[in-house]
Amino acid sequence: MHSPKHSASGNLLKNLDYSVVQQCMHCGLCLPTCPTYDVTKMERNSPRGRISLMRAIADGELSPGKAFADEMYFCLGCLACMTACPAGVDYASLFEHARAEAEHSKANHSWTRRLIRKLTIGCLFMDQNRLQLLGSIIRLYQQCGLQRLLRGSGVLNWFPKRMRELESMTPDVEAGFSSDLISPITPAAKPSKYRVAMLTGCAQDLIFSKVNADTVEVLARNGCEVITPAQQHCCGSLHAHNGDLDLARILARRQIDLFPPENFDAIITNAAGCGTHLKNYGNLLADDVHYAGKALLWDSKLKDIHEWLVQIGIVPPRDCNRLVQKVTYHEACHLCHGQKITRQPRAILGCIPGLKLEELAESTWCCGSAGIYNIIQPEMAGQLLDRKMKNISRTDCMIVATANPGCILQIVNGAKSHSMPIRVVHPITLLAEAYRRE
Amino acid sequence: MNISILEKLRSLLGVKNVLTEPEDIIPYSFDGTAALRVMPGCVIFVENTSQVSDVLRLASDQNLAVVTRGSGTGLSGGSVPSRDCIVLCTVKMDSILELDKANLTLLTEPGVTTLKIAEAAEAAGLFYPPDPGSMKISTIGGNVAENSGGLRGLKYGVTRNYIMGLELVLPDGEVVWTGNKCVKDVAGYSLKDLFIGSEGTLGIVTKVLLRLIPKPQAKKTMMATFGRMDQAAEAVSLIIASHVIPCTLEFLDRVTIQCVEDYAKIGLPTDCEALLLMETDGHPAVVAEEAAKMEQCCRQCGCVEFKAAANEAESLRLASARRSAFSALARVAPTTILEDVTVPRSQLAVMIRVVQGVAEKYGLKIGTFGHMGDGNLHPTFLTDERNKEEMHRVEEAFKEIFAETLRLGGTITGEHGIGLAKKPYLAAFLGSGQMRVMQELKKALDPKGILNPGKMFD
Repeated sequence: MHSPKHSASGNLLKNLDYSVVQQCMHCGLCLPTCPTYDVTKMERNSPRGRISLMRAIADGELSPGKAFADEMYFCLGCLACMTACPAGVDYASLFEHARAEAEHSKANHSWTRRLIRKLTIGCLFMDQNRLQLLGSIIRLYQQCGLQRLLRGSGVLNWFPKRMRELESMTPDVEAGFSSDLISPITPAAKPSKYRVAMLTGCAQDLIFSKVNADTVEVLARNGCEVITPAQQHCCGSLHAHNGDLDLARILARRQIDLFPPENFDAIITNAAGCGTHLKNYGNLLADDVHYAGKALLWDSKLKDIHEWLVQIGIVPPRDCNRLVQKVTYHEACHLCHGQKITRQPRAILGCIPGLKLEELAESTWCCGSAGIYNIIQPEMAGQLLDRKMKNISRTDCMIVATANPGCILQIVNGAKSHSMPIRVVHPITLLAEAYRRE
Repeated sequence: MNISILEKLRSLLGVKNVLTEPEDIIPYSFDGTAALRVMPGCVIFVENTSQVSDVLRLASDQNLAVVTRGSGTGLSGGSVPSRDCIVLCTVKMDSILELDKANLTLLTEPGVTTLKIAEAAEAAGLFYPPDPGSMKISTIGGNVAENSGGLRGLKYGVTRNYIMGLELVLPDGEVVWTGNKCVKDVAGYSLKDLFIGSEGTLGIVTKVLLRLIPKPQAKKTMMATFGRMDQAAEAVSLIIASHVIPCTLEFLDRVTIQCVEDYAKIGLPTDCEALLLMETDGHPAVVAEEAAKMEQCCRQCGCVEFKAAANEAESLRLASARRSAFSALARVAPTTILEDVTVPRSQLAVMIRVVQGVAEKYGLKIGTFGHMGDGNLHPTFLTDERNKEEMHRVEEAFKEIFAETLRLGGTITGEHGIGLAKKPYLAAFLGSGQMRVMQELKKALDPKGILNPGKMFD
């Protein structure tokens, strides 16, 4: 991946190493794997089409206007095209540049959009304390009965449809944040072999702190001493994917300062979307004289939890109190396409006694979550979710395992709207439960 | 483009099926061919035959150029627009209409992908053999227009061998059917054969009637490596002389083996000059017998290593070297130009040496792989279109390769078509007699020259 560069003239795509754009030989093999092209059959909604627009901007033949900005935000960023691409086009980096270009052009700016961006990526996601404060407020709203009252009263019907939909999508905030559940140092089960750092994430920390606790438990069980600082930061993927590479760099530096990579055998993430971005700090900070070297070391230490467990040789749970369960596996885009991790989560599920893994049709097809895509592009996200739920309903399984918080929330919402009584769970939680049954 | 014409198109096709904004049509200014880009005037989507007919009637009246496009994966510039033309896109005509199990035929609209057709056939226990490299997205209409080949050409032939009938819209808008479900049919000229491989210059295909065959019951995959390309070629000749027609006989040259190994790290011996991937299919007993013969032939010709797959997973592993050949090469340089010169099988080893010599002479990186069984080579130029000086050398190298191909009794294109990329070389290849007949045919069918103007020849 290539590092984005700002310039005085502002044409980010023009200043990008042109060979990245040129690497696309427009063969079209990305088309059948692109969820947006599959629906619209329009080339501009395909990776090849989007790259041609980026190239036209880089060549000065097109100026980035609203249509370009809209197109870049219509792309899910699922990176399925990178799996399909025979020429190894670095679409992830093109996509980040293109969104930064779109933001830079201000073509799709409005005061509401600006306000929302300022509040979210500029404020909330820059400081975990603020996010936790918001989490506490939502938790209070959910636990004091106000949410139930509002939902039951019909008051919400006075609000516009989109607001009602968004309200119903509000995830349940866990009773405790990660730091309430995980101590800063968790000793390894004997024999202790590795020292690892645990990234608790931003949204994950509020909504899935138990998954974080499960991950730490599993790591300890597999001979890892786990360091989990109570105060952590967002990794910056949200910022990079939404066209703010400068804020993404600030957050990347903070991460590296908090977790000096030389101190650990591995730095662990359990959220697929974060993982892809976290492994790319080297490129993000390539022009930073102080951090470039550290960032490369960081990249080499950064491991997705599934990847790490299989790499060190997972300790299979002992076969006692076996629970018979049928599970299907939805592959988070940023795990299978972003990090090419497909074998390891299946290996982990496969080692759980009593668990039968049934393959999901189109398991690598995006569920529509795609970061905040389901909020900004509800129509396309809804179509993709319906397709995913249809495939899930064709399996025999009441449990869907998937390794990304966004996918879990999206499929939980899908299950609600399709009245499907399924459990949506992180694979590592299933593993932790198996260890607890021993 | 003229506003009143756009209005007419919108009223014929609906507003959503007519694209004119730069952001919408820039992505249609090219196809799968390197370094060719021309902006169209508009892009339209057709949903049925009568719309195609209406559009061509309008285009004929107004003298408007129409370039037909499926998924735009062609490798000779056949679906690259001409300036300000109408790009007529068939991807929304994507229904399979009928699978006739009694007559073993499949009737389909042109925008269906080759893969969907292969899958539909397979679901009925049948087989549609043509498998062009882009089959996951290439459309059957495009396959007909280009007479696409694939890996199975030697044993199963190419797209033409599976076309029983076509529905076509002629340039003046008239809809005609040519061919039918009869295995034997000698009534009049075989018009469908004229349209197959006509690259969208004579008419627009709106329905395709395909011939299917029973699915082979068994398959065996093998791989052999050789110290010299001549040995591999000799092995292929020996296999065919032993009356074995494998369904796949693919090769990689040294540069390609090296690139594949760098990229996929599958443990290929990088000191080898040639790698052969072979497959035989059919009745299990025949497959076993043929596989044994093929092994014997390879060993007799001094192969360094011979591997036979014991199961499907191993087959896939062996085939991965050939499957990743193009990807591995495409990663090496910003611009990848995939050529498809073809020579009689017996001249293949000579031709590979010619390509290697040309690469050395012009200081270019060329990896060659392809279909050893049918003499179809893919010399792949790894270059950079922005490097004018190098692109000039590429041009010179092409000329020399084409000249040598003709001397060896070959053709300038085995499966990609003429389009724009090979247009300068066609006259020399065909000779004046054939060129005159082709030009007269074009004039007779498309007197105004509205369909894919400037492709193949002027």
